[in-house]
Amino acid sequence: MSERRCTNVILAGVGGQGAVLASKLLARAAMERGLPVKTAETIGMAQRGGSVFSHVRLGEGAVSPLIGRGRADAIVAFEPAEAVRQLPFLRAGGVVVTSDVPVVPVSAATGGPAYDLSAIMSYLHEHVGEKNLAVVDAAAAEAELGTARALNVVLLGAAARAGALGPVTLDDLAAAVRATVSPRFLDLDLAALHRAKGTVTFARSCVQK
Amino acid sequence: MHREFMMGNEAMALGALTAGVNVVAGYPGTPSTEVLETVARRRPEGVYVEWSVNEKAALEVAAGAAYAGARALVTMKQVGLNVASDPLMSLSYIGVKGGMVVLVADDPGPISSQTEQDTRTFAAYAKLPILDPSSPSEAYAMMCEAFELSEELGCPVIVRPTTRVDHGYEDVLVAGPEEWAHHEAEGFVRDPSRWVIFPALSVRAHAAIERRDAALAGRLSGYARNTVTQTAGPDARPRLGVATHGISATYVAENLGEKDDVRVLRVATPYPFPEDLAADFLDGLDEVLCVEELDPVIERALVATCGRRGLTVKICGKLTGDIQPSGENTVESVGRALDAFLGRQTAVVPTPAPPTLPVRPPVLCAGCPHRASFYAVKRAMRGRKTLFCGDIGCYTLGNAKPLDMVDTCLCMGAGINIAQGVTHVEPDTTAFAFVGDSTFFASGITGVVNAFYNQANMTLVVLDNSTTAMTGHQPHPGTGRTMMGQVVEKVSIERVLRAIGLTVVETVDPLDLDAAVSAVRRVADEPGVKAIIFRSPCVVLAKPQSTSAVDAERCVGCQRCVRELGCPALVPDDATGKVRIDAAQCTGCTLCEQICPTHAISGGERL
Ligand SMILES: Cc1ncc(C[n+]2csc(CCOP(=O)(O)OP(=O)(O)O)c2C)c(N)n1
Ligand code: SF4
Ligand code: SF4
Repeated sequence: MSERRCTNVILAGVGGQGAVLASKLLARAAMERGLPVKTAETIGMAQRGGSVFSHVRLGEGAVSPLIGRGRADAIVAFEPAEAVRQLPFLRAGGVVVTSDVPVVPVSAATGGPAYDLSAIMSYLHEHVGEKNLAVVDAAAAEAELGTARALNVVLLGAAARAGALGPVTLDDLAAAVRATVSPRFLDLDLAALHRAKGTVTFARSCVQK
Repeated sequence: MHREFMMGNEAMALGALTAGVNVVAGYPGTPSTEVLETVARRRPEGVYVEWSVNEKAALEVAAGAAYAGARALVTMKQVGLNVASDPLMSLSYIGVKGGMVVLVADDPGPISSQTEQDTRTFAAYAKLPILDPSSPSEAYAMMCEAFELSEELGCPVIVRPTTRVDHGYEDVLVAGPEEWAHHEAEGFVRDPSRWVIFPALSVRAHAAIERRDAALAGRLSGYARNTVTQTAGPDARPRLGVATHGISATYVAENLGEKDDVRVLRVATPYPFPEDLAADFLDGLDEVLCVEELDPVIERALVATCGRRGLTVKICGKLTGDIQPSGENTVESVGRALDAFLGRQTAVVPTPAPPTLPVRPPVLCAGCPHRASFYAVKRAMRGRKTLFCGDIGCYTLGNAKPLDMVDTCLCMGAGINIAQGVTHVEPDTTAFAFVGDSTFFASGITGVVNAFYNQANMTLVVLDNSTTAMTGHQPHPGTGRTMMGQVVEKVSIERVLRAIGLTVVETVDPLDLDAAVSAVRRVADEPGVKAIIFRSPCVVLAKPQSTSAVDAERCVGCQRCVRELGCPALVPDDATGKVRIDAAQCTGCTLCEQICPTHAISGGERL
């Protein structure tokens, strides 16, 4: 096995939720720290409402842009079913940060499998373990911020506070937001990074700081 | 030189600019599209760039520029090479003067394509050198090397990234504009014995190509990107080898460490195959595992090398069932294959079976005009025997339930003549061919001419959303904009159809449901080839401002809107059965307003 000094993060969501943008932000934040970054993401057909993911590898030691199964340090999901879909990639003891608001696909109303939110949430609680699972109350965050647009940034902020992003801190993310986000959305995204504090249910102590 | 975080496609565009490219042409297609878009964004004065009407046109534009001594780049996805193959096969014999790079992006999986074809195989067939990068950084450097090689050999050179290189991001060390080469083109020098293809020329050219490629194969054994390395150091004497390429080489690296005693061959030039280097690699080995995506190109070449050189090395890979024969490789699929090959044990952590997850096939956006077009045709033809030939674009998603309006889809532009073919066998079918505006220009027009000339009986439905939406909203001849930033005269689809000879050509707004349905009924009953143009902009570009809302008092929970339209903004409430509209997605297209039996929905505004 090649030496693994890098931090492997998977961002997961549904086309349109801003996974690609979030991965750019995270990459930028890591680069502000001088870390090399490699990413791989879904671009194309799946962006029309399909499941999308970004693999982000922060730090030395990454050769491939894709993360192997069982090798991700963290999964940051903008949607709970997508957290479950990516779970085989999580390493033992890895962290999951997820929104609790489902995005129900058209297929669930037109003959496809139904969306069983409670089964999905209890699976996460059971198999990730309370200690490693952070659930973001996305509805509360939306109410606080007045829009659902910044959910991707809310989750990144929560993940940083949970220590799920390796060396990348909340301040690094804020610097990346300042450097990349257009003035029109700057205040919103900065608020999203910091305000979600009260809306995260998480057993790990690092959340409280 | 400076570092920039960029995707492989951007790196290749900058590679071409660094090499002093003069002319760039292409046709969009995932995963290749961003190369040309990056050239357009970052090009210096004097570099010409165009979205051509299709890949054949693009390749011909680039060839002409290279005839005139310019450095030229043409970009496309793998199936685009099928369209461009006619000029490419002949160009291989004619050659070029200025350097010409044919960038073809392959899509293992496939993730966003019709086929899993391998351009490495195509290169061997076309007898053209091909470079296969493993990373964005390497792809950047290879672009410059490809231009040099092309100019030196006087033939086009193919650069073939795959999706994970195209769309992978990393820090790339790139030259700034002040360091970019400036290439002055000599101009076209008239010489019919060189530029006019005839059998006599081809006889000579073919012999010369075979000589050239044999010599080149020898030389490429010394190319620094074709490498042989050993995991246990240069002095180890491993008995096992791994041969790989492209992105798969990174998966191999992720799965090998110093504890493994393996020799690794990485092939960056699958054609001409560096056989001398391969023979050095094979020396002293008992067994080799070929880790490839798409075709077993290296595997076949190694089998041939062993045969030719009398080597007794067992070559394993796709042909022996040791590597998956199709689909994308992953870090773990390669890890599993290496475990088996090296006799390693790796602990498998079983994941307990997850609950049933919702499926998320891609869907038409909320408010997409294609939904309205399909719905109008569906409604107008209810109860009749019909055939709905689809085509390639966002509108292929009209296949999904509840619309379920795509009976066939093959390749760009094919639907028109497929509809024609079916009606020869089933004349009592009312046949429709749906085609997008970009697809119409790319390869639909010849189909209409064929159908019209040969007296077909069918309705052509052009879904004109004024963009090439599926691939990320590129302009095309009907949009009146070019990649050079000019505003030009639009090519009118109506006038093209009328010039072919169609007399019934109706243009309708599909979001005006009653008008759309009656137009379909009228036109479908006319004899011969006739057309409906559904014109309404793609909502991603048009950015509508209104939203519709459901009056919960009036909604009776019949869910007709959900069942018939499948718009992702319509959300049924599990408890009450009533429908709510997700304001974040709804574009206020009014389609659901028009079909709600209790008129419970309002507030939208048609674009
Ligand atoms: C030969 C070939 N070239 C390129 C592509 C990539 N491609 C897929 S859909 C599409 C165009 C779609 O545009 P349009 O017909 O206008 O339909 P829309 O997506 O706008 O609905 C292209 C170029 C392809 N599939 N085949
Ligand atoms: S108006 Fe109705 S059909 Fe149109 S986007 Fe909104 S919810 Fe969908
Ligand atoms: S991108 Fe445009 S054409 Fe494609 S599904 Fe969305 S609205 Fe329709």
